[in-house]
Amino acid sequence: MNRNELQEVVTPAQSILVSTRPGEQSAGAPGSSGLSIDIVVNRQRRQLDVDPRASLLDLVRDHLHLMGTKKGCDHGQCGACTVHLDGRRVVSCLMLALQADGREVTTIEGLAGPNGSLHVMQQAFIDHDALQCGYCTPGQIMSAVACVREGHANSVAGIREYMSGNLCRCGAYVGIVAAIQDAAPRMQGAEP
Amino acid sequence: MRSFAYARPLTVMAAVQALADASPHARIIAGGTTLYDLMKLNIEAPQALVDVSRLGELTTFDTSGTRELVFGAMARMSDIAADRTLQTDYPALAESLWLAASPQVRNMATVGGNLLQRTRCAYFRGGAPYPCNKRQPGSGCAAIGGLDRSHAILGTSTSCVAVYPGDWAVALAAFDAQLDTVSPRGERTIPIDELHREPGETPHLETILKPDELIVRIRVPVTVAGRASTYHKIRDRASYAFALASAAVALRVDGDTVREARIALGGVATRPWRARDAERALMGGALTEGSARAAGELAFTAARTGQYNRFKVELGARTIAEALMIAKGRAKTS
Ligand SMILES: Cc1cc2nc3c(=O)[nH]c(=O)nc-3n(C[C@H](O)[C@H](O)[C@H](O)COP(=O)(O)OP(=O)(O)OC[C@H]3O[C@@H](n4cnc5c(N)ncnc54)[C@H](O)[C@@H]3O)c2cc1C
Ligand code: FES
Ligand code: FES
Repeated sequence: MNRNELQEVVTPAQSILVSTRPGEQSAGAPGSSGLSIDIVVNRQRRQLDVDPRASLLDLVRDHLHLMGTKKGCDHGQCGACTVHLDGRRVVSCLMLALQADGREVTTIEGLAGPNGSLHVMQQAFIDHDALQCGYCTPGQIMSAVACVREGHANSVAGIREYMSGNLCRCGAYVGIVAAIQDAAPRMQGAEP
Repeated sequence: MRSFAYARPLTVMAAVQALADASPHARIIAGGTTLYDLMKLNIEAPQALVDVSRLGELTTFDTSGTRELVFGAMARMSDIAADRTLQTDYPALAESLWLAASPQVRNMATVGGNLLQRTRCAYFRGGAPYPCNKRQPGSGCAAIGGLDRSHAILGTSTSCVAVYPGDWAVALAAFDAQLDTVSPRGERTIPIDELHREPGETPHLETILKPDELIVRIRVPVTVAGRASTYHKIRDRASYAFALASAAVALRVDGDTVREARIALGGVATRPWRARDAERALMGGALTEGSARAAGELAFTAARTGQYNRFKVELGARTIAEALMIAKGRAKTS
């Protein structure tokens, strides 16, 4: 399915969405007070009730059970939770799930081909040992794919600057830069 | 986190209405990268959010005007940073955006919300047991006499030494930008220089905006000094950090003679800080390494330092001097 088809599937929220239940103190599980959103995740349209406080990250992990996207800091600082929103990389921990209503999300699970074949960038991370514990890796890969698509992966300096929002506590940076350098030209050939 | 009511207006008119209905307990949320972050820390606890991130009419910007540049408040940092005209004609503005935060945050954060980001002071963000007059008025300031390495040396008070952390507002201050706002009481225009307050006795009051007042656009008067400009940002690491010291500088030179100098500072002050004494000192003279250095030092004559941030006087002066020479180089090539 291409982007244009998706635009038709998704109805942008035309009406004002209002919850009138402020002031609850309980930190209930996501979904408890139920504001409804309509969202496309990894090419699948979903209608969900979410707690207004839930982040897009909570939605992806706790509601949709897509565990690839990781929670590192929960404050926008580490990049472990990076996903694509309408094709742009964002930190899903700093976005209200409500703000993703009517939009298209791609997580690490949505990167592989329909037959399960790894994305060029995923294979490059394996080939270049671009990970140790792997916790930061889904975020690194989502960021790396965006970095190439943005046109920021044409030099080592560009890669380092535009990957700086993804921290790796294991220090696999050298391998990460090598993987992106390797994958970038092949991605540019393989993608529209 | 406390739960909240949520409204997502799709037009500015509907947003003003939503703010009028929910006031005084509603907060505006745009990209959410400051507000939602602080809600998670229980530092902000709004009863209602008015989500303005989809006000389509405010997401556009225009850098081709002959009188002013216009930025819709909901335009994303990354989109403006990528604008070619801005990169060549106003490098200081473009640099202040792409040297800030991370690529992901820049895709989310709006240039309106950016102006109102709150301090990164660890005592403010950290909460109990540390007192903080910004977080809890009257409780005291743990940074004064505490770990104050990243704190302000200009515009401080005995109540607060927290740094204004943003970059974009500093660059806008150098160019005398103006903000257009709308609220249930009508519209007004605010010079960027008047937006932020020094802490004084009331550090919790950071700007002159009313809670129900929406910034709709930012306007920058066109100036040839834009081409000979830079945002020079000095950080603890090469990328992805807040400024320890920064200088937005723009110049108009005639041969070697300075006809116009604009200097604003970040990372060292409690608000975006215009260094007018330093600007005046440069006017009409030749810009050399020596005069640049002297202007840099002049900007910090009123500095009040704490235990661990004395280095910012020297660092700040050098940052200004370097920025002036970078801007001068751009004046030659343009
Ligand atoms: C990890 C990290 C690193 C960062 N590094 C930097 C950095 O190096 N340099 C830098 O400059 N910034 C940095 N930031 C801060 C970031 O730029 C700001 O959080 C962001 O610009 C705020 O914009 P927003 O749209 O997300 O605002 P929001 O969080 O939505 O809002 C911020 C505030 O502004 C108010 N508000 C928002 N829009 C409007 C409007 N149109 N009218 C009136 N009020 C409004 C809200 O009520 C709130 O009080 C960083 C942030 C993070 C998370
Ligand atoms: S978990 Fe989102 S940036 Fe760290
Ligand atoms: S591989 Fe362990 S944090 Fe990056």
